[in-house]
Amino acid sequence: MRFKIIGAISAALAFAALFTQAVPIKITLPPETAKLREGTGADLAKAQCLLCHSADYISTQPRLSAAAWKATVIKMRDKYAAPIAEEKIEPLVQYLATNYGPITSTAK
Amino acid sequence: MMQQRGYSSNSTRRNFLKQATLLGFTALTANPLLAEDTITLPFENGERPLVKYPGKRPLIRQTSRPPQLETPFSVFNEGAITPNDAFFVRYHLTLSPPTSIDPDTFRVTIKGKVSNPLELSIADLKKLEELEVTAVNQCSGNSRGFSQPRVPGGQLGNGAMGNAKWKGVRLKDVLEKCGIAPGAKQVLFNGMDGPLLPKTPDFIKALDLDQALDGEVMLAYQMNGEDLPMLNGFPLRLVVPGHYGTYWVKHLNEITVVDETFNGFWMNPAYRIPDNGCGFIEPGTAAKKTAPIGRYNVRSFITSLSDGARLKKDEVTTIKGIAFDGGYGIREVLVSDDAGKSWRAAQLGSDLGRYSFREWEFRYTPKTAGELSLKVKATNRVGQSQPMEEQWNPSGYMRNVVETVKGEVI
Repeated sequence: MRFKIIGAISAALAFAALFTQAVPIKITLPPETAKLREGTGADLAKAQCLLCHSADYISTQPRLSAAAWKATVIKMRDKYAAPIAEEKIEPLVQYLATNYGPITSTAK
Repeated sequence: MMQQRGYSSNSTRRNFLKQATLLGFTALTANPLLAEDTITLPFENGERPLVKYPGKRPLIRQTSRPPQLETPFSVFNEGAITPNDAFFVRYHLTLSPPTSIDPDTFRVTIKGKVSNPLELSIADLKKLEELEVTAVNQCSGNSRGFSQPRVPGGQLGNGAMGNAKWKGVRLKDVLEKCGIAPGAKQVLFNGMDGPLLPKTPDFIKALDLDQALDGEVMLAYQMNGEDLPMLNGFPLRLVVPGHYGTYWVKHLNEITVVDETFNGFWMNPAYRIPDNGCGFIEPGTAAKKTAPIGRYNVRSFITSLSDGARLKKDEVTTIKGIAFDGGYGIREVLVSDDAGKSWRAAQLGSDLGRYSFREWEFRYTPKTAGELSLKVKATNRVGQSQPMEEQWNPSGYMRNVVETVKGEVI
C-alpha cells in the first residue's frame, strides 16, 4: 500500500515535471540573400569580408571613395581583428572601390 | 491605419505595403529576381528588402548577419507604443542573436568589485521590487542615411527607434545586494551575443557607477506586457532611459563592477561623439576630442503624412506625430507651413512619462494651393530644441534636425 502511494506520488511528480520542465526558446533566422558583385577581386572579398558579416554590410553603404574603403578595410583588420594580409589590402580596396565606389556611379 | 496583426494573408500584406508607401517611403516594389518585397529609403542606394524574422512582422532588413532590422516609419503613426513585432533590431557581432536560450537555466552573473558576487535567475530577479517605465530606445545611428556628406555605417532611415513599456527591476537594487566595494568606478555589461573570431572585441558597454545607481537603469525582462522578443534581448536586457540604444545590452548575462574607466573598443573609439557640448562639428572634418555618446537630443516627427502628401485647400486635416527627448519631457511642439517664419502650437497627447514618445496633433487648414511644406519642432522642459539646419558628425550619430514633409495643396 505504502509502495503504491509512493508510486502514485512519483507518477504525479513526473507528470507535473512534464509541464514545468524548462523549454529552451529557439528561433530560426531567415537566410541571407544579399550577394557581392562578381568581378576582379570578388573571390577575395567573399573570403575576407563574408567570414564575419553578410554582403549587405557592404552593398548598403553609400558610394564610398577608395580612401574611405581603405579606411574601412584597415578598421576591419585593426579594430575587429579580421585576418587580412598586408598584400590583400590593395586588391580588396580596388574591388570595393570599383564595385561599391564612385567609379561605377551609374551602376545600380 | 496599418494594423498590428500579422501579415499572413496577401490582402493584409498588400495593405501593409500600401500604407508603407503612403507613410514614409518614396517607392516600394517587388523585386522579381529576389522574390522579395522591397522598400526604398529616401536617400541614394536606399533600396532594402522587407523580411519577416521570428516574432516580427516584415521589417526593413539593413543587414542579415548579424541582423539589423529597421521599423517601417508608418508604424509610428499607429500609436505612442511601438509593438514588439515591429520594434527595430540591432546586433553587432557575428554570433548573434543567440538562437536558443533556456530561460530557466539562464543566469546573470554580478561580479568584480563587489563583496558578494551573485548568479541570479529571472525568478530571483522577480523577487525584487518590480517597476515599469515607458521609454524610447533609439539607435545612436538612427537616420544616418541622411548625413551629408554621407558616412559609413548602418544606412538607416528614421526607423531605428521605438517606444515600449519595460518591466523589470532596478540595477541599483541588484548591485546593492552584491555590496559594491570601495573604489568602484564603472559597471560593465556583457550579453550572450559574441564575435566569431576570438580577437574581435566582445560587445561590452560601461556606465559610470553614479548612473548605474541612479534607480532608473533597469534590468528588464518584459516589453509591452510580454517576455522580451528574442531579437530584442530575451530573457533580460539593460534599459537606460533617455540614453542611446548602444547601452541597452541584450541577453544580459554578465555585470562586472570595475575600479577603472573601461576603454574596450565599444566604448572607445566606438560610439563616441565630438566632445564639444553639442556633438556636431564642421561637415567633413574630424573631432579633436571625443566622449561616449549619452542622452538623446530632442526630436519630433510628423507620422500621418509623408513626402508626396496631397491636402485639400480650405479643408481641415488633423496632422499627427510624435516627439521625444532625453528625459526632461516634451513641453511644446510647433508646426510651421512657411519654412519656419511662423509657428503654431500642436496639441500634446497623453503624457506616458518623460522618457516616452509624446504624441501630438495639429488641426491644419491650408489656405493656398501649391507647394506644401510642413515643419515640426519640439522643445523640452529645459528649453532644448531642434536645429533648423542639418548638423553633422563623422559617425552619423544624433541627427535631430527639424524635419520637413513636402507635398502639395490642391
